[in-house]
Amino acid sequence: MDRTAFFESILPASPKTQSSNEAGKKSLMRRTNTGISAYTGTFAKDELMHLLRRTLFGVKVSDYNLYKGKTLEQVVDALLNVSTTLPNPPINNYGNLVNDPNVPYGSTWVNAALDPAVEPYRKGSVKSWFWGQMVTQSPDIQAKMVLFWHNHFALQFLEIPDSRACYVYTKVLYTHALGNLKDLTRAITIDPAMLFYLNGRLNTKKAPDENYARELQELFTLGKGPNSKYTEDDVKAMARVLTGWSINPLTNPFSTAFVSVNHDSSDKQFSSFYGNTVIKGQTGINAGNTELDDLLTMIFKVDEVALFLCRKLYEYFVYYEIDDTVETNVIVPLAKVFRDSGYSIKAVLKTLLMSEHFFDTWNRACVIKDPLTQQVGFCREMELKFPSSSDYFLLYQMYQMGMNFGQLTQLNLGDPPNVAGWPAWYQKPLFHRSWINSDTLPKRNQFTDYLLFIGHKVGTYTLLVDPWIFTKQLTNPGKADDLIAACVSHLLPMSINATQTASLKEILLPGGIPDYNWSDEYRAATDPSDPNYTTALSTATVKLRYLLKSIMNLSEYQLS
Amino acid sequence: MKRRSFFKASAAAGTVLPLTLNGMGVKTFEDSPLLQSLGRRGTDGKVLVIINLSGGNDGLNTLIPIDQYSNLSKARNNILIPEDKVLPFWNKPAAGLHPKLSGMRDLYNNGMLSAIQAVGYPNPNYSHFRSTDIWMSGSDSNESWTTGWMGRYLDGKYTGYPKGYPTTAMPDPLAIQIGQMVSLAFMGPEVNMGMAITDPTTFYNLANGTTDPTSNTPAGNELAFLRLMAQQTNQYATVIQNAAAKGSNKSTKYPTGGRQPLADQLKIVAKLISGGLKTPVYMVSLGGFDTHSEQVDSADHTIGGHATLMQQLGDAIAAFQDDIKLLGLEDRVVGMTFSEFGRRVMSNASNGTDHGAAAPMFVFGKAVQNGVIGANPTIPSTVTVNDNLPMQYDFRQVYASVLTDWFELPAAEVKVAMGGKDFNTLPIFKSNKARVEDYIDLVSRIALNKIYPNPAVDKTQISYFTESGNVKLSVFDASGQLVRILKDEWHGHGTYVVDFDVVGLRSGNYYVQLAQGEKRITEVLLVQ
Repeated sequence: MDRTAFFESILPASPKTQSSNEAGKKSLMRRTNTGISAYTGTFAKDELMHLLRRTLFGVKVSDYNLYKGKTLEQVVDALLNVSTTLPNPPINNYGNLVNDPNVPYGSTWVNAALDPAVEPYRKGSVKSWFWGQMVTQSPDIQAKMVLFWHNHFALQFLEIPDSRACYVYTKVLYTHALGNLKDLTRAITIDPAMLFYLNGRLNTKKAPDENYARELQELFTLGKGPNSKYTEDDVKAMARVLTGWSINPLTNPFSTAFVSVNHDSSDKQFSSFYGNTVIKGQTGINAGNTELDDLLTMIFKVDEVALFLCRKLYEYFVYYEIDDTVETNVIVPLAKVFRDSGYSIKAVLKTLLMSEHFFDTWNRACVIKDPLTQQVGFCREMELKFPSSSDYFLLYQMYQMGMNFGQLTQLNLGDPPNVAGWPAWYQKPLFHRSWINSDTLPKRNQFTDYLLFIGHKVGTYTLLVDPWIFTKQLTNPGKADDLIAACVSHLLPMSINATQTASLKEILLPGGIPDYNWSDEYRAATDPSDPNYTTALSTATVKLRYLLKSIMNLSEYQLS
Repeated sequence: MKRRSFFKASAAAGTVLPLTLNGMGVKTFEDSPLLQSLGRRGTDGKVLVIINLSGGNDGLNTLIPIDQYSNLSKARNNILIPEDKVLPFWNKPAAGLHPKLSGMRDLYNNGMLSAIQAVGYPNPNYSHFRSTDIWMSGSDSNESWTTGWMGRYLDGKYTGYPKGYPTTAMPDPLAIQIGQMVSLAFMGPEVNMGMAITDPTTFYNLANGTTDPTSNTPAGNELAFLRLMAQQTNQYATVIQNAAAKGSNKSTKYPTGGRQPLADQLKIVAKLISGGLKTPVYMVSLGGFDTHSEQVDSADHTIGGHATLMQQLGDAIAAFQDDIKLLGLEDRVVGMTFSEFGRRVMSNASNGTDHGAAAPMFVFGKAVQNGVIGANPTIPSTVTVNDNLPMQYDFRQVYASVLTDWFELPAAEVKVAMGGKDFNTLPIFKSNKARVEDYIDLVSRIALNKIYPNPAVDKTQISYFTESGNVKLSVFDASGQLVRILKDEWHGHGTYVVDFDVVGLRSGNYYVQLAQGEKRITEVLLVQ
């Protein structure tokens, strides 16, 4: 039976009740009619962890400690208060492989001349760097939003012949990640990489190219929902509005240029969907800017823009299923907040992340982690020790390993499959489920197993989990039951059953030996003065690795 | 209406056996001879390999209408393949292949290729994503379905999947996609029937977690899904590894591995089939067909981005078919190409083409009728940037032909797989009752004799000839939208004249299409 229909059939008409019991009592849960009103229930560990899991790539114990004890609003405000300082740019990490005559080994290449001979190395550099930005994220929502916008305003680095433009594109995402949607859309429209990727640079009065005009509406602002009724003629008219925008390849890095002789200066008529708007044809050097402003004003007048973006935010942060109830109770009022704020991304996120709907137990633990959240999240949870930034060759090698694993599991950072982004964030009916199949699920487990047992070795450096870093931050790790409970509650979004718990305990206490054995072993392993220190450290370390592996191999670990 | 209940309703209306059984609880019938025969019915061992040309392949530079060169050279001179470079077919239909498709031309000349002209769907959508969904799901242009055409077929045949699978009768995956993703085409009412594989020799044993029931919440549903995936991966890993170990490739025509993704993928498919997998459907894909710019080298139109893709496509198919023959699997395997749309008639200034509409499909293998189905597209003499080719055949006619004539599915079940709609089959397979030869010299059977005046200002007259049968005379606009049906009735053998009032139509090119049975003739009408 259809799941939604099933729930509808068993549910009372409008129960605005919910169980705030711990996750173990799922059977009591009922679907509710919660909306965007601020959540006023208990804001304790479960709620804080839920909020952090959805807004960070994995939760470090220190992230949790940072926010523990604060009010919901304080936490949300802090998560949204992101740094305006841009990350350090990618560097020449390839100097030992190829000579870049314009850039010293270890220095950034983002403002240096284009050099086809080193361009492939720079592409590798910017992609590894991008992954590195995720794993070194600060404990706020910025990284997660950068990925959201990278998926939304998607382009493929490997299609862009100049890595400097790829970097400039990421700067746009970082700059506007929590800014204003209209400003972000404008910046993307004339971003050099995007002008390259969707052929805006070739869109001229003589030979209009519809590629960007189509995706601007279909993917970037209006979506393809039933109420998004722009016409093919609107696509063509929009392409004409955007004629003349181009790239100046002679600057370092290459930059946006407007070539007025390529601009179509006639008036552009739009359909009744846009209120029969006519965008007045302009001439001269400011024609492009003026008409682009008029165009965005016209597009952002349409209610569908906020609705479309709110649906995407919902699918990203809450769950992929948007039925009539969610549309009415969440999407529509949230879109109004978005519009009323003048398209402030911060305003819409604050409302969503503080809403009773977001904290509804019904909506917890139901997001299948995207590959970055699984893999970067793992590195952060385990506080994996990366080489120092002065050892840039090694550091980038490690970032590259992470980037490659993402690629193997469908999330090739910098290179989504196409301009629509990753299918898991738009393709009905599977959505998040399309991350998981017989090919990717084993590789997700391989990633965690690899870094827990073998480690990524380059030269003399091995990137390997030290299980003690995580373990020692937990409460009572010397008591087997407490250690397991603490690992589970920190690493999994839901409780596990007695059999699963017992099999985890079997790792620490094989054959059902009494609990004090682990306590003794733990004490000895953490006390260098203990006569059994060396042996205990060795055996306990292996046990901890297996414990963590077993938790991360559980299906529950794939959920957030 | 929810899709699931829709399909149930339509199945009930058509009294389709397996779904009726489904409704009654198929468990009790598991051992009945009736169900056994349903499960086995004539399709054992038959395999379809679907080749997805992702991005929108330029049909006019793939299957090239040789008789349209003077108008083609006006419309797309900067990307046009020189006429003397087009690869002709042995029986010289008016169309030929891209110069880099020699692999496919050889298949044709050896009687193993069926080309279907101008395949699309009414009211074409120019978005990659919508159009891909339409092709994968088999929906109409204005519908959004969450199940795929193959998923519905497999759901009908392997009732109840995944519950209780693998079975003795079907120990193998129902569908395999080479790559990291499984497509919407394999999506069934409950789960995706497809399994993704990148390397059939290495699998990783997943933890066999608990199989405790999960709660009826979103979290519980996702957890159940994850556990099912883990369980299936483990279950099928062994059979796939065994098949890969047992199977082999015998052709020497495959290019060196790691350079041509399509050939690499098809090589895996051949190996798995030869290794004894009973999986009936495979999907492979080749990307890069979104050739907005630099589709051809400006100095030599037979090389460039699209030519590379054509070479990879033709060579991969030729190697695969050679392999299949050497492996003794010729009677069991057919392949089919598709792309979400063709490209615009008129090229753009960047030596490329924008999103278009109808384009050819190819079906290959020993089981096909050798030939070109349908007439060459008609290229208007004055092409505008908006002009698109009208469809001659609905893509679902090709799907219905595969299900009917290859998988030997009864008409009622084909209808269920097609979402409750009827589509006439085409003479693609030898088992089809119609002959492809009937499509080669169409003019002796149907003809649009004259459209006068043309250009038309207020009205025009269309004179046509037909043999006896039902005749449909339709008018499409330049974007492929159906604007008028002038005739749809039985005609005796003879010549007819019909008036067509063009007042109220926007000026531009229109296509007048005469259809009798599955034969199609199209002419251009210019409205001023």
